[in-house]
Amino acid sequence: MAEGQFCNKSTVNTEEGIRHLLSDTNGKTYYKEMEALEVDSAAIQATFSKTLKSRLKTWLEICTHCGLCADSCFYYLANEKAPNQVPSYKIQSTLGELVKRKGKVDAKFMMDAMDTAWSKCTCCNRCSQYCPFGIDMGIMFGYLRGILYSQGFVPWEMKIGAGMHRVYQAQMDITSEDWVDTVEWMEEETEEEYLGLKIPIDKENADIIYTVNAREPKHYPEDIAEAAALFHITGEDWTVPSVGWEETSIAMFAGDWEACKIQVESVYDAMERLKPKRMVVTECGHAYRATVTEGPYWAGLKDGKTPVESIHYVEWVAEVLRNGKLKLDPTKKIKEPVTYQDSCNYIRNAGLSNDARYIMSMIAEDFREMKPSKEHNFCCGGGGGLNGIGRYRKQRDAGLAVKHKQIMDTGAKLVISPCHNCWDAIRDLEEVYEDGIRWSFLKPILLKMAIIPEHMIPKDE
Amino acid sequence: MLYDYVTGPIALISLVIFFVGITARVVLYIRGLDWRLDRVTYTVNVKYGIKGALRSLFFWMMPYGTRSWRVKPIVTFFVFALHIGVLFTPIFLSAHNIILKEKFNFSFFTIPDALADILTIIVIVSAVVLLIRRLVLPEVRNITDFKDYMMIAITIAPFLTGFLAYHQAGDSQFWTIVHIISGEIMLVAIPFTKLSHFVMFFCTRVQIGMDYGIKRGGMKKGYSGQNW
Ligand code: SF4
Ligand code: SF4
Ligand code: SF4
Repeated sequence: MAEGQFCNKSTVNTEEGIRHLLSDTNGKTYYKEMEALEVDSAAIQATFSKTLKSRLKTWLEICTHCGLCADSCFYYLANEKAPNQVPSYKIQSTLGELVKRKGKVDAKFMMDAMDTAWSKCTCCNRCSQYCPFGIDMGIMFGYLRGILYSQGFVPWEMKIGAGMHRVYQAQMDITSEDWVDTVEWMEEETEEEYLGLKIPIDKENADIIYTVNAREPKHYPEDIAEAAALFHITGEDWTVPSVGWEETSIAMFAGDWEACKIQVESVYDAMERLKPKRMVVTECGHAYRATVTEGPYWAGLKDGKTPVESIHYVEWVAEVLRNGKLKLDPTKKIKEPVTYQDSCNYIRNAGLSNDARYIMSMIAEDFREMKPSKEHNFCCGGGGGLNGIGRYRKQRDAGLAVKHKQIMDTGAKLVISPCHNCWDAIRDLEEVYEDGIRWSFLKPILLKMAIIPEHMIPKDE
Repeated sequence: MLYDYVTGPIALISLVIFFVGITARVVLYIRGLDWRLDRVTYTVNVKYGIKGALRSLFFWMMPYGTRSWRVKPIVTFFVFALHIGVLFTPIFLSAHNIILKEKFNFSFFTIPDALADILTIIVIVSAVVLLIRRLVLPEVRNITDFKDYMMIAITIAPFLTGFLAYHQAGDSQFWTIVHIISGEIMLVAIPFTKLSHFVMFFCTRVQIGMDYGIKRGGMKKGYSGQNW
């Protein structure tokens, strides 16, 4: 049978479908079935003629094989400079071949392409800054992922994740009720500590609509509480939507463009419905990339912008520090050396380098830059969905070496990382290397230093 | 006989193919850009697009203007030397301009032949250095294919033969003819091979510049633009 019962070309659109896929633990049968999956060459060829235009075609064609991109890729560096990790090689041997052969390839080729697209590239876009022609493998592998996904050659977890977005408009099985419950629970927990704290749900015309990463309601609800406390302390007029609260997009990592559109439109609908002035996105890199940077294009918004202006948490923090809404106790500045992880998804895709430096100058006495940093920072090693793919755990762990060295070279043991993916990768990196490295989002650090207005402090009896 | 032929109709045909070819490449490239597929609003946020494009061109055409050029100082030196030589020598060579004047009644300013000689040697030496690099470094060797060697051969041939012809090495009439033919091969090859980067470099740099300038942060307040 060409189409497997787990692994096939159909998308997952129902709860049962997700449960069914999940029942195949670690995708064991799924990957077995994949080996026999038929490749629909005509469909690939049709996609090429519709979507492989100037930009990608020219990139594939004019690469002069100069190798300047080699050292730019952290995978190449982390894998003893293996020639098969050179960005140009990785794309030419996959997408390049697929185009040359007009899609006439077998399942083995497609599985190898899948392994390369998900375990040898995190779509960090760093190579685009080193190629004289600006050839961006991150973009090309994103495109290849889309082709692979449409043919069913996609890692098990990615298929499930994309399905989650289709069913729940969230990367995890959290319904609107679950979300609202969590928010209300966090409000209860926090209002005792900060008098008058509210988490307004579905408030219209607020200054800020706040959106999150589904991991927060699922695994780290305290993050929502911390966000609420900080909005409360700074006196912001804010709200969370009951529907359209999820910013992330495993669908983007999976190459499921239809699910990407469904996902971001749920957020844009919340904007239209509640008419906030701006959106603030939690400390997550790819979430911001998906919903703010790429999302408008998936949704077909002609000006390339979200319905209301959207800023990342880093920008919001810099803003309230600058305008004095958030006051920090200078004696509580971090004394130990501390470094900062620039997330690819907003450093090479949203230009947020300066705000982060300003924040660091306000919270740390001994801030140490990684080298290189800002736009030229290396990927943490867990991007592009890689953190969550069991099949590629070994490759992911190997890739952490570069970030590990970068951190160790700063001499700092504390890493501020306002990105869920990077945060995870650094946590896992510590598990591998055990150097006593610690990691943190901005929120808990800011809360420790914030000067809380008198009337918000509970009076002891 | 043969001389008249290669300097006459063949030269004309090559020039036409070259000019029509590169123009077509650029036009087709621009027509194939798609705001939705590329996810860049080329025609909406134009001001930011232009700024991004100019930054992208400026820093990359400037020797050591980007981090990529700076971290590979030696390669960068030879890449720039090669390209400057390849572009300037044929256009400003006095012998070429004499022909231009004769046939088309216009010419550019010319450089002394001694300088042309030096530039030619720079071109050949740079090409050899880059060729050796290609053969020696595994990361480059592994991605190199036959076409890449052809590209180098096609580029170097007119310079080598021109040098031999000018210095009357052996049968200079023979070298002159080979020189002219190799030049024509290069002209014709440009639109159809990787040598098209002669114009496509500008296209792709403008495109990625607009991408960064419009979508990837270029429109953020307080951000001066992608730090190439
Ligand atoms: S996008 Fe990043 S991970 Fe992918 S090839 Fe380029 S540098 Fe390597
Ligand atoms: S730097 Fe660019 S042109 Fe050179 S090998 Fe890499 S992708 Fe190709
Ligand atoms: S996980 Fe972090 S560093 Fe890695 S690609 Fe994503 S944002 Fe970049």
